[in-house]
Amino acid sequence: MKSQEFLLEIGAEEIPHWMIPGALRDLERGFLAALEDANLCQGVEAASEATPRRLVLVANGVADRQADREETLKGPPRRVAFDAEGKPTKAAQGFAKRAGVGVENLEAGGDGRLLAKRLVKGRSTSEILAEVLPAVILGIHFPKTMYWRGKSGARFIRPIRSLLALLNGEVVSFEIERVRSGNRTFGHRRLGSEEITVSDAESLREQLRAGFVILSPDERRQRIEREAAAALPAGKRVRPNPDLLETLVYLTEYPTAIAGAFDAGYLELPPEILETVMLHHQKYFAVEDEDGKLAAHFVAVANLDGDPDGVIRQGHERVLRARFSDAQFFWETDQKKLLGERVEDLKLVTFQARLGSYHDKMLRNQELVVGLAEAAGGLSSEEVEQAQRAAELAKCDLTTEMVGEFPELQGIIGGIYADVQGESNEVANAIYDHYKPEGAHESLPRGRIGQIAAVADKLDTLGGLFRLGMIPSGSKDPFALRRAAYGIILIVVRGELPLTINTLSSLADAGDNTAGLREFFLERLRHFLREERGFKYDEINAVLAAADDDPRDVVARCEAIAKVRPTENFEPLAVSFKRIKNILRQAGGIEQFDGKLVDESLLESGSEAELFRTFEELRPRVAEHKGRGDYVSALAVIASLRPPVDLFFDEVLVMAKEEGVRQNRLTFLAQLLREFSTIADFAEIVSA
Amino acid sequence: MQTFQEIVSNLKSYWAENGCVIQEPFDVEVGAGTMCPETFLRVLGADPYRVAYVQPSRRPADGRYGENPNRLYKHMQLQVILKPAPDDVVELYLKSLEAIGIDLRRHDLKLEEDNWESPTLGAWGIGWQVMLDGLEVTQFTYFQQCGGIDLEVVPAELTYGLERLTAFLQNVDSIYDIKWNEDWDYRHVRFQDEQQYSVYNFEKADVSTVWQEFDLHEGECQRLLDEYRSLENSSEKRRFPLLAAYDRVLKCSHLFNTLAARGAISVTERVAVIARVRKLAVGLAQSWMDQQATLKSEDPAEVAGQ
Repeated sequence: MKSQEFLLEIGAEEIPHWMIPGALRDLERGFLAALEDANLCQGVEAASEATPRRLVLVANGVADRQADREETLKGPPRRVAFDAEGKPTKAAQGFAKRAGVGVENLEAGGDGRLLAKRLVKGRSTSEILAEVLPAVILGIHFPKTMYWRGKSGARFIRPIRSLLALLNGEVVSFEIERVRSGNRTFGHRRLGSEEITVSDAESLREQLRAGFVILSPDERRQRIEREAAAALPAGKRVRPNPDLLETLVYLTEYPTAIAGAFDAGYLELPPEILETVMLHHQKYFAVEDEDGKLAAHFVAVANLDGDPDGVIRQGHERVLRARFSDAQFFWETDQKKLLGERVEDLKLVTFQARLGSYHDKMLRNQELVVGLAEAAGGLSSEEVEQAQRAAELAKCDLTTEMVGEFPELQGIIGGIYADVQGESNEVANAIYDHYKPEGAHESLPRGRIGQIAAVADKLDTLGGLFRLGMIPSGSKDPFALRRAAYGIILIVVRGELPLTINTLSSLADAGDNTAGLREFFLERLRHFLREERGFKYDEINAVLAAADDDPRDVVARCEAIAKVRPTENFEPLAVSFKRIKNILRQAGGIEQFDGKLVDESLLESGSEAELFRTFEELRPRVAEHKGRGDYVSALAVIASLRPPVDLFFDEVLVMAKEEGVRQNRLTFLAQLLREFSTIADFAEIVSA
Repeated sequence: MQTFQEIVSNLKSYWAENGCVIQEPFDVEVGAGTMCPETFLRVLGADPYRVAYVQPSRRPADGRYGENPNRLYKHMQLQVILKPAPDDVVELYLKSLEAIGIDLRRHDLKLEEDNWESPTLGAWGIGWQVMLDGLEVTQFTYFQQCGGIDLEVVPAELTYGLERLTAFLQNVDSIYDIKWNEDWDYRHVRFQDEQQYSVYNFEKADVSTVWQEFDLHEGECQRLLDEYRSLENSSEKRRFPLLAAYDRVLKCSHLFNTLAARGAISVTERVAVIARVRKLAVGLAQSWMDQQATLKSEDPAEVAGQ
């Protein structure tokens, strides 16, 4: 058996850049899974690369055929297969024929039935690949697919226009939507040749390069970075933007950086606006001086080999000029009316049909600011006034031309306008930040005033929509309520804003759905603990079962559990606690022992008395650590309870015959469980 | 240097050479060439068709009194429909740019993901915006659905922004500086048009009158659709004026845009009004499919061919 190279190229019309890395992973996974199904996976190494117009997979170590294997077939019982003289009957002959072996080769199995062993020849890999590749290719997951032949046709991200499939240089032949696989591909749309014949992966790379296609995304990335630096005048550098870089890597087959410039007068516009135009609208890199200030330059990346006459640069400069001149016009128009003068206009902007206008929302936000500031404490009355002022102005930018043109800048524009219109720094920053954080990796609003204003805005949206029963379900969340609740959790936990979930839920004014909102916050908190902090399910369950109201405290307790968990006594103790819990449940529930006192005289001398003594000794120490918020030490002390607990269960029968002793024992265990389950309910811990 | 009208004429010649019917603009106000019957109705069903036409497209909210160098109340689209989309459709498109003198070895051309959708028409497609040196010059769409109906055959739709393309080719910063022909520029031909319609749409349009017009057209369209649906006789079906009903859909769509520009439609109302127009468009598309099937079923040639 020989091991060989398999090469696959799917030639498609321009695939959206952001889907390409995921598609390559999917292609590799699907290909290897198909090989595994055919017992061809062993020793295969697959790698993939792509441009917007081609997904390429190269696999090495692919066997040229499946291994032969022996197959055993079961036949009729021996006693019917041979007659009295030991000659084969029709049954034996028929079986041998079906199995394709001679009668003399039939064997007797242990269960008295005949067996036929035969050799099954492995099939050729080429034949198998030809069968499975269409499904592998069409099985690549894309977020939004299309059909291009007609509504019952194949679906892919864009039309497939060519297929190249070679196993050790030989074409693996198959077809998708009338495109037959072969050994040909194509170069760059205008610089390359329309038809390139390929023999293997190496020749594909070389010939594509000759056709002005750089197959390797890494190489395109390096080329963009190198060229962008070289294209700029001395003292200027590209402002790094990894997302834009990835976009351009997958938007080009042959990237060339082209530096351009704009009128320095536009630098008087806020850099956020200039950057939004350059990065998001035009996909240009912004350029900065050595001191990090935005410069009047940009870098565009063309899908071409150069711009000898500067016509591409001029084109990009003209487009940018038009965009900036629009922005400047919006800026000037907007300044004719202060944010404060726009408050009334908010009455004309609908927030939500049944929740009224943004003016209504603004009034509610202001009220929430006061409630939240009171609940969180620590803000001076002057600071509360500033937070209210921020809430009053925060939505006014919705009526500006600038936000009409660049909706992604809402909030930011308001903050910038507030600043130039003479509002205090705190107010301007709070407006600027009030949509933050929009994700786990985004910064929080700066300072308490901004945090309070941001929480108020999100909380009003949550409360209002919950009140109307418009609660997100499944993938439907048109008002981005999950993000809003998550933002609040992030501000509370990372910003150390002392607000509890009960406080938030009741301030939100969610009516009949207050409990539902509380659950919604808890769900987001769980998400944070799991996805962002990486705590295990059972740790989170244990901590929340003990107490779930204060998100900051929940996080602290999770951290402590995760730290103490690997120590030797922890998990065994958790098992014992679970046992105690079950015993108490069977005895009618822990509640019935509440308020009862342990009668020491009824304790059995030996391990029970010893456990009680240890418990009494540890109790104040746990309380002290806990009081200081030192959960790790408190848990370590609790964990030290393990030896006496183990001994107790070894030696003492909990359900003593004598009623008084039994009740006293249960009362003791209930007390112990209660006392030591306030950091986490250990019974929730799933031991390994 | 090619003038505006030469560029239009060259593009039309190119598509004529590639088998397109060269249609003239449709005579009811539309926001985009897609809305004309030559696109909206022709893409339905399995029959092949190729057509190209210039469509003046009115978008009341985009008006800027003729003062903004890049924005227009009414711009000119060249709309091309190739049904079914040929395998080399991208190449055909690129050659159309070369036919108007754009050397694609010296200009940066990218196809960037942009999926087109028209909620009012119940239509959407998958495609790109074509970027030429950073300027969006064409919308390229593979239609998937129209009037709420999954398309049997996938057409390619190419929509060129003619003013932008000409400004690019003539290397001017303002649309108004485009040379329409040797003697007159775009400003001379169109400025008053832009100014007066901006005044009307933003300041003068009488909201209650426009609403009444909307209601009237909606009612007339619905009346026709209801009548068509009640027909049982296929010869009556075959001659029924669904095309006239479709005019009313377009009227409603345009009047809605006028009301929106006038600031007379709140965000929540907006959704409801779009739904009203969409209902007409979807109903019309379904009846149209039915009418086409009726026409075919009684066409002797078709019957013989089966």
